[in-house]
Amino acid sequence: MRRVYMDANATTPLLPEVVQAMHPYWIDHFGNASSIHQPGQTARRAVDEARERLAEFLACHAAEIVFNSGGTEGNNTALFGLLRPGDHLITTAIEHSAILTPAERLAARGVQVTRVAPLATGLIDPESIRAAIRPNTRLISVMLANNETGVIQPVEAIGQIAAEHSVCFHIDAVQAAGKLPIDVAGIGCQLLSISGHKMHAPKGIGALYVRRGTPLEPLLVGGTHERRRRAGTENVPAIVALGKAAELAMRSLADGTLSRLAALRDRLESGLLATIPEIGVNGAGTHHVRAPRAANTSNLWFDRLDSEALVIALDLKGLAVSGGSACHSGATEPSHVLLAMGIGKQRARSSLRFSLLKTASVEDIDYALEIIPPAVERLRALAPTHAPTPSPVLAEATP
Amino acid sequence: MTPIPNTLTDLPNSPKPDLQASAPRETIAVAMSGGVDSSTVAAMLRAQGADVIGLTLQLWDQNRLAGKPGVPTRSTGRCCSLDDVYDARRVAESLDIPYYVVNQQERFERDVVRPFVDDYLAGRTPIPCSLCNNHLKFDQLLLTARQIGATKIATGHYARNHFDPVRNRWILKRPADLAKDQTWFLFGLTQDQLAHTLFPLGDLTKPEVREIARESHLALADKPDSQEICFIPGGDYKQFIANYLEEQSQAVPDSAGELVSTTGATLGHHQGIHNFTVGQRKGLGVFAPNPLYVLQIDAHSRRVTVGPETELNRPSLLVHRLNWIAIPGLESSQTPGLAPGLESGQAPGQAPGQASGQAPSPEPGRNPTLRAQVRIRHSQQPTPATLELVAPDRVRVTFDEPQRAVTPGHSAVFYQNDEVLGGGWILPPEPL
Repeated sequence: MRRVYMDANATTPLLPEVVQAMHPYWIDHFGNASSIHQPGQTARRAVDEARERLAEFLACHAAEIVFNSGGTEGNNTALFGLLRPGDHLITTAIEHSAILTPAERLAARGVQVTRVAPLATGLIDPESIRAAIRPNTRLISVMLANNETGVIQPVEAIGQIAAEHSVCFHIDAVQAAGKLPIDVAGIGCQLLSISGHKMHAPKGIGALYVRRGTPLEPLLVGGTHERRRRAGTENVPAIVALGKAAELAMRSLADGTLSRLAALRDRLESGLLATIPEIGVNGAGTHHVRAPRAANTSNLWFDRLDSEALVIALDLKGLAVSGGSACHSGATEPSHVLLAMGIGKQRARSSLRFSLLKTASVEDIDYALEIIPPAVERLRALAPTHAPTPSPVLAEATP
Repeated sequence: MTPIPNTLTDLPNSPKPDLQASAPRETIAVAMSGGVDSSTVAAMLRAQGADVIGLTLQLWDQNRLAGKPGVPTRSTGRCCSLDDVYDARRVAESLDIPYYVVNQQERFERDVVRPFVDDYLAGRTPIPCSLCNNHLKFDQLLLTARQIGATKIATGHYARNHFDPVRNRWILKRPADLAKDQTWFLFGLTQDQLAHTLFPLGDLTKPEVREIARESHLALADKPDSQEICFIPGGDYKQFIANYLEEQSQAVPDSAGELVSTTGATLGHHQGIHNFTVGQRKGLGVFAPNPLYVLQIDAHSRRVTVGPETELNRPSLLVHRLNWIAIPGLESSQTPGLAPGLESGQAPGQAPGQASGQAPSPEPGRNPTLRAQVRIRHSQQPTPATLELVAPDRVRVTFDEPQRAVTPGHSAVFYQNDEVLGGGWILPPEPL
């Protein structure tokens, strides 16, 4: 069976060059980067070089890069490292749970939390951030590209507002890294999280940009690694891989890969919109207001069906897509992002996210265009037209 | 049912069937709960070469009421607990079949949990498993299975079904292992549902199922059976109702009232009718020389009638919301005397007159009647009775021997030999 993967926002495969780059550091150059001997120095040099690639990638100084275990750790470090009881945090209702759950925990510990709602387009209005600022506001945390809709947030404008009020600004750039250029100086943020496995590096590696002078307490303490910002022996092979992935991402940002990817995404989207009735795009805005989106992401609603069943049906045909967020058991919950955008529960439950890998081909798109319309038709044909028919034994459920 | 293959021990090494290849092969979705029975079903069908898809229904979040009175903070409950999903997933992984968890929490709450609570508040004693079968397992799950390309579902219920071309109907039968018979919970199945359901365990006994599970290298072959109501781990339904209503920001409705004797004398007061079930002896709060039992719960007057055990016995009961399986309905059946062939204990098709006229049905009048065996609880063996269609969708069941503790809210399921004729829900009796 043909297998097509359209869930790049969940995770990405390693690129061959990345595997190749990290390979020597498993056995040959296995040293501890903190050791003074030659094996240690070899590892240290690899970490330093990777750090410089990352600094180039985010347009910052190498000393401002802290390697960690990934996006969740970066986000937790930003929030727990800055906020104390009595402080005020401004974030948004469309953040990843790696922001929303730490924010909830901090709220229980006496931090005031404001979750700004998005516009119907999925965009955060910078003015609603401004309006939420209080004298004790300590941190603003907003994502750069939304994982569900791909909508790119106006972080420069928000960064300006943060600067005007001398408030720290953290950006969750996990979904943006590799999909759009990132310039931390231009944005004016103090903190920015990225994750390796969303950009063709391994799972379990990430980085947090920490602007010099930011009074951030480490989440993990122990050794003096990462300039005391993050204790724990460096994961040298994964750091090397992240450095290589950043280098390749910079190349693809410059060589037209993204416009090719956007064209493929548009081919998929317009193909589905043209062949399937009762369908639409989430987060693209109206004809008048278009929200900018990451090149690889398309979030579509299909009325009169349950996306959970559609995801399974498509998976059994070899197409991997996502239909909301997985709850603890692995069952699907309607996306909190779509709900926050004012999309009804029913429509949120009927929505699918397609997120293309940079390696996607025209054939992949055409395969999806071939199998999705009949799958949608089958689901709709079988679905009860209205509420599910009560079975004969329970015509009157309540007295 | 297809016999059990003897190649089960080869399972882990057998090639994974390609879901696209060889179109005629059937794709079957197995409802996997994480227990031995449904896991063994998946293993059996896989060994028979079917394309098997594992589906687990996520029905209830055990952590929803966590921390409320009587509920542990970290739930250890069985229904949809992470442990059970883990077990089901591990079985699917070891069988190398695609496996998915399907979120049906809203439907479960609407069609099972809420009616469960409402039944108790109305003085009835509900059977959530039957509601779950009717609304989730054989309705929603079958729909999901068809939507994803399966032609049938298979479950781990102990029951048998087959198509009878003579009657042109799908038939539901009791299983080989009568101790595990689950047909009482399945009387609501429609012809369409029966036509698209496999019960691979129908010809097996529980020990045989465990043996197949062991031969199939299922790690959970010795996992104990679940007994309790899946969404109430501790089994305290009163506490559950209180916790659930509190979570819904609703007060437990005031249904406090009098405890009365059969002669109408007030014996005491109670705190709410949902605390009682017909036949209940404990917790009445009344002192009497001989043990007293709940005989009747009247939701309107809030009166709970109690009396001696002997008065628990009832000669008849009324059911409604009927579902028929082996026959299209009682309308088409004839009155006794006209069609003795369908009388007591006789299999359909048997020559007329062989076993007729044993227990005369009381005052049959002009209403269609039928001799059958009836079960009013899961733990009971079917007992002889006469069915009489007294009104549209209303059947009076008159037992040959009066039956103990007829429980409104439960179902009465009608059998002829090992076939399920149909069944309905027991109505409250006329006030005593």
